[in-house]
Amino acid sequence: MGGGEIVGFLGPNGAGKTTTMRILAGFMPPTSGTVRVAGFDLLSQSLEARRHIGYLPETVPLYRDMTVHSYLHFAATIRGLKGSRRNHRIREVISLCRIEDYARTQIAKLSKGYRQLVGIAQAIVHEPRVLILDEPTIGIDPRQVVQIRQLIQHLGREHTIILSSHILPEVSMICEKVMVMNEGKVVAVDYPENLLNGLEKIQRIEIEAQGPPEQAIQKLRQIEGVQSVTAANTAETVLFRVECTPGRDYRGQLADVVVRSGLTLLGLKAREMSLEDIFLKLTIKKQE
Amino acid sequence: MRNTLAIAGRELRVYFSTPSSYLIIAVFLFVCGYGFGWSRTTFLETSLQGFLGWGAFFLLFLGPALTMRLLAEEEKLGTIELLLTAPVRDVEVVIGKYLAGLGVMSIMLALTLYYPVLLAWFGDPDWGPIAGGYLGFFLLGAVFLSMGLFASSLTSSQIAAYMVGSALVLSIWFVGHAAAALGDTAAEFLRRISVSTYFPAFGRGVIDSNAILYYVSIICVFIFLTVRSLESRRWR
Repeated sequence: MGGGEIVGFLGPNGAGKTTTMRILAGFMPPTSGTVRVAGFDLLSQSLEARRHIGYLPETVPLYRDMTVHSYLHFAATIRGLKGSRRNHRIREVISLCRIEDYARTQIAKLSKGYRQLVGIAQAIVHEPRVLILDEPTIGIDPRQVVQIRQLIQHLGREHTIILSSHILPEVSMICEKVMVMNEGKVVAVDYPENLLNGLEKIQRIEIEAQGPPEQAIQKLRQIEGVQSVTAANTAETVLFRVECTPGRDYRGQLADVVVRSGLTLLGLKAREMSLEDIFLKLTIKKQE
Repeated sequence: MRNTLAIAGRELRVYFSTPSSYLIIAVFLFVCGYGFGWSRTTFLETSLQGFLGWGAFFLLFLGPALTMRLLAEEEKLGTIELLLTAPVRDVEVVIGKYLAGLGVMSIMLALTLYYPVLLAWFGDPDWGPIAGGYLGFFLLGAVFLSMGLFASSLTSSQIAAYMVGSALVLSIWFVGHAAAALGDTAAEFLRRISVSTYFPAFGRGVIDSNAILYYVSIICVFIFLTVRSLESRRWR
């Protein structure tokens, strides 16, 4: 893995994301293979390697009876920071994670979202080269999810970030690279766009219109690249589902044909294959 | 070393911010005060025998209560992942926790120091047995805490940790009492591995290097076992 990248681990529950992250963080030893972090082997040079890792486990490791500040102070100390540099870094991460107002609050009294932010703060306090975040946005209210995503993207400029999630849009939004996992194995590794292109054999377009469909169906089928057209009548409108060979934008031409066939065009949208579809496809293919 | 102290310091702050530690200290002082105040030895011999006997017996129950939280709670709350992924050796974690337990026990003991002061005020005590008694008591407590810490490393439930810890300290304390039912060689062996065999001598002012060596060895063994147990958590 290169530096300064954000890689997302994607997979259904029980796919082995957490286990992989624990291994990468040095919490569990791998049963086979080696992990090297910043040039240090995680088993034989464990302490040096761990100095370069920031880790936020799925259950945020917080001491509930401590205040945010004293907790970060402890986290910084066991990561080897001391003196004025420690105090400086604590102030820095508190303002970066926007938890200034809660620095003197007992962690037990914080909401889930703020606990997550404190968890991220403890993971970055020693400026690790590699940041491992296990489900960083799980169970938080949407406003804070946005804040945490922005924070992660911001951190991605200086740190290499590995994050896991089972929320697909999140991964496609934040991550530059996606690793899809299922049943303990990596099913696919690629950039989100490539994943899309590779699997997309058909481009689906839906057209909603008003009027008699027969003539339109005939004309639509004649367009080059169109593979099939189906029409479904609802109470007042017709819904055409057009499947085309990917490679160009059909929308203009389709709209034109519908209008010329004497129908009133109400709506038209290209249904792109989302990461959800890819995800399902990859994980189901695996099961077969 | 710095890591050890950081962990011990954090742990000590937890001890003094939770009511249970105050409760343990209070119960300890109550039973010790009872042992000191109501024992005839206090008045007839101006000695601390009464306090030492009662204190040691109740330490069997209070020692594991002091240590039960130390590692079990880390496991339960998931904070163990913070400690084990930080650049800290497992042994530093264990010793830090152990030192915190020892610290609290030392404070408990220090709070009883007015007993010898009272003895000196009203009588003319023999200082040898008093010093020996405190040393023996501290070492005995240190043994119990190492066993309790080991028990705490085995589980994520504090109750289970307390039960296992109690079972360990009670067996090493009472194993000598089983000696009567056995043949000579076996009896001698059981008597020798029981920590209660060595304890009374301290209270008489006899500092036996064998006894100290034996206590310290048990502590080392259990610290070692705790470290291994913590390491094995990584595999589970």
